[in-house]
Amino acid sequence: MTDFDETEFEDDWDDELPWICEEKPWRWEEDGLTVTRGSSFTGPGCHDGCGVLMYTDKDGKLVKVEGDPLNTYNQGRLCIRCLALKDVVNHPDRLHYPLKRAGERGENKWERISWDEAIATIAEKFNAIKAEFGAEAVVFAQGTGRDIAPYLQRLAFSFGSPNYVCYGLAGNACMIPRLSVQMMSLTAITMPDYSQMLPDRYEDEDYAIPECVIIWGRNPLASNADGNFGHWCIDAMKRGSKLVVVDPRLTWLAAQADIWLQVRPGTDAALALGMLNIIIQEDLFDRDFVELWTYGFEQLAERAAEYPVEKVAEITWIPAEKILAAARMYAKAKPALIEWGVAVDMTKESVPITHAINCLVNITGNLDVPGGNVITELACNVSGYYGWGNELISREQFEKRIGMDKYPMLRYGIPLASPDEMCDAILTDKPYPIKAMWVQANNPIACMAADPKKTYDSMKKLDFVVVVDLFHTPTTIAFADIVLPAAAFPERNGVRAVFYYAQCINQAVQIGETKGDAEICRLLGKALNPEAWEPYESEMDVWDDLGAGSGLTFEEMRNYGQMIHPNIYRKYEEGRLRAYDDAPGFNTPTGRAEMYSTVMEGYGLDPLPYYEEPPESPYSTPELMEEYPLILTTGARQVAFFHSEHRQIPSLRATYPYPQIEINPEVAKEYGIEQGDWVWIENSFGRCQQKANITNVVPKWLVHADHGWWFPEEEAAEPHLFGVFKSNVNQLVPYNCGRSGFGNSYKTMICKIYKVKEGEV
Amino acid sequence: MSEYGLLIDYKYCTGCLSCDFACNQEHGFPLGQSGIKVAQFGPWEIDTDKYEYLFVPALTELCTLCSQRVEKGKQPACVQHCQSLVMTYGRIEDLAKQMVGKPKHVLYSR
Repeated sequence: MTDFDETEFEDDWDDELPWICEEKPWRWEEDGLTVTRGSSFTGPGCHDGCGVLMYTDKDGKLVKVEGDPLNTYNQGRLCIRCLALKDVVNHPDRLHYPLKRAGERGENKWERISWDEAIATIAEKFNAIKAEFGAEAVVFAQGTGRDIAPYLQRLAFSFGSPNYVCYGLAGNACMIPRLSVQMMSLTAITMPDYSQMLPDRYEDEDYAIPECVIIWGRNPLASNADGNFGHWCIDAMKRGSKLVVVDPRLTWLAAQADIWLQVRPGTDAALALGMLNIIIQEDLFDRDFVELWTYGFEQLAERAAEYPVEKVAEITWIPAEKILAAARMYAKAKPALIEWGVAVDMTKESVPITHAINCLVNITGNLDVPGGNVITELACNVSGYYGWGNELISREQFEKRIGMDKYPMLRYGIPLASPDEMCDAILTDKPYPIKAMWVQANNPIACMAADPKKTYDSMKKLDFVVVVDLFHTPTTIAFADIVLPAAAFPERNGVRAVFYYAQCINQAVQIGETKGDAEICRLLGKALNPEAWEPYESEMDVWDDLGAGSGLTFEEMRNYGQMIHPNIYRKYEEGRLRAYDDAPGFNTPTGRAEMYSTVMEGYGLDPLPYYEEPPESPYSTPELMEEYPLILTTGARQVAFFHSEHRQIPSLRATYPYPQIEINPEVAKEYGIEQGDWVWIENSFGRCQQKANITNVVPKWLVHADHGWWFPEEEAAEPHLFGVFKSNVNQLVPYNCGRSGFGNSYKTMICKIYKVKEGEV
Repeated sequence: MSEYGLLIDYKYCTGCLSCDFACNQEHGFPLGQSGIKVAQFGPWEIDTDKYEYLFVPALTELCTLCSQRVEKGKQPACVQHCQSLVMTYGRIEDLAKQMVGKPKHVLYSR
């Protein structure tokens, strides 16, 4: 191990690397197989990037994937999506070659073409559209991706288009609101501290086990979201952490929790404000931290006082005594951490939820302390990973980004366009025509798009669409003029540098002519703007440049396996959040962690957290509840799937064969629904069918429906499109983002349910 | 009978199925077959605010305790990949001693 010394944080580290690492082989032979050490980052989609060992046979075929016991992140563990990875890589339906459409769109007729022809055709089309309508008429769209954002953004910006977007994700309602609020109020991103930044993990002398863990709107055991290995919370529970779970569903974690707060979906801001009020009223907050490092405590206290616990109990449907107990447990525990999930983004007014939860971390002094919510830094200075190519777009073009005039908060965090406004822009040609879309690692009409039929209409209107993916999907079939075959992670090289460590993604196999996402962006980038991509003669040049901040080339980095970025807690004390003057504090206008956000105030938004009732609910729309009496929440994760992926992998599909709606036994009885019946789920926006799973996981007032379903085994051609509209619950979810431009009601709808009649299945 | 076995702290088994899949991959068993399968119980309410929601792995006839892996100094495939790290491979005699006084543990012999 290389000892870390802060003085070594300089450009000159000739003798010794400042990263915690040791040399490890990245390839060796074992019992007639070749083993390649790498990182599972991505595709298939995954938020983690665990350390993996990939075993290939003498024919170069991937035969086994194991966890890397030497990787501190997953410590040899793996979830079933990686344990079944060979079945993804070797699947007969994988896209192996570039394809161009041979029939009409939607007919599923294709002709194999070369990469050269594909890239030349795309460049010609994009350049023609740019000449006539401007570069902004070409949209570059990704899904949740992972290991795609830097390349796609650079591709868009080097072409001159500001329209880089998570197309279909209404209100950017996944992680982006959380990032944006943290960037505004802290100028930093926090993660729950499960010792992942320390080489000796839980045994490290710098670490303290959280006395209390709050898991808020997340099921980490299945989701493994946001660079947080899901089972770390189990590690903490085994070491004595008390558990509070905020979830409307009785998940396994909720059943084990010391306190389960069964929240009504979308009322989380009221809960957080109520907890803030209790902690302030009972003088349980960290006065020193608040006085030294935060801004706006008095105003926050005043706002929180509007949420006495009885009122919060009425709003959230959580008994007052449980709210009191949870607030006290969290505030008295030293340290304590909160891990939050996508549910806090997936309600219309999501920004105030995130803001309020951040305030809980702040007033209890759990910000950037061991076992609290820790501030992340650029992993091993691999700065290229964030905002690669920012400098390539002109200010004039940048300002044309769709939605930025209406939603100024889009200026903070990731430079993404508004998906909501983009959908309207395509359909109306306002504020300007959109003519083409590059879709990479995104299957919006099957997965994240709100109102998938409106989204479908918008994409059908485009003159030219390219889709890059591992498999044909409803999106390739319905819209693509050209389809490019993406590599899964064992088929490519790369660098994973997220939050805590950097590691090489090492290629172990070659499948057909697949290429990695970054390489595909490089090839098109060179064709569209040779000057901007001039330094990148090969894929290796990309990795060398991207990883340059680490002081190592790709080939050098390979020999170190995982390189951990040494962590220093309480970075605000050390001036580490203000690179420009090294002064203590935060890089906000007030220099403090802003609980009263001066930035939000400047944008005309409420600078304090607040609660607003979801647009469809028993209180907002009581008249609709007569027809649609159930609250509908969606999108709980299954261990077998990453969003809309993995449905064609037999072993994974066998664990969860159909989309399911969870219905409470009493409700099922009332409606005459039996286990396994196909059920219509319907509201004023639309309907879909899923199979009934009658279970105590949901209370009588709630049903939960799965997201991301399509049926790769069914007919591909239109109108069927692998049955994409049969079970897609987002047909019940409109585009309706919050006033900041962030958030959407994915988890807070209402519905009725009834049995599907014979012949309707 | 092997003098080795598996001790499982099933209080923290989350039903993630990594043991089942790791075993199936290691030995190349047909789809759905494995040396270890996981059973689910619940969820149901036992008492006010107290729930039964339990996963318990069980070894099948296919389990070899990964003797070939163990010979090479590796952990059995299920033990290594268990995301909750609740499985211990060892001599049954030693594991039985470890089990004393611990709730929700199960010891398997083969």
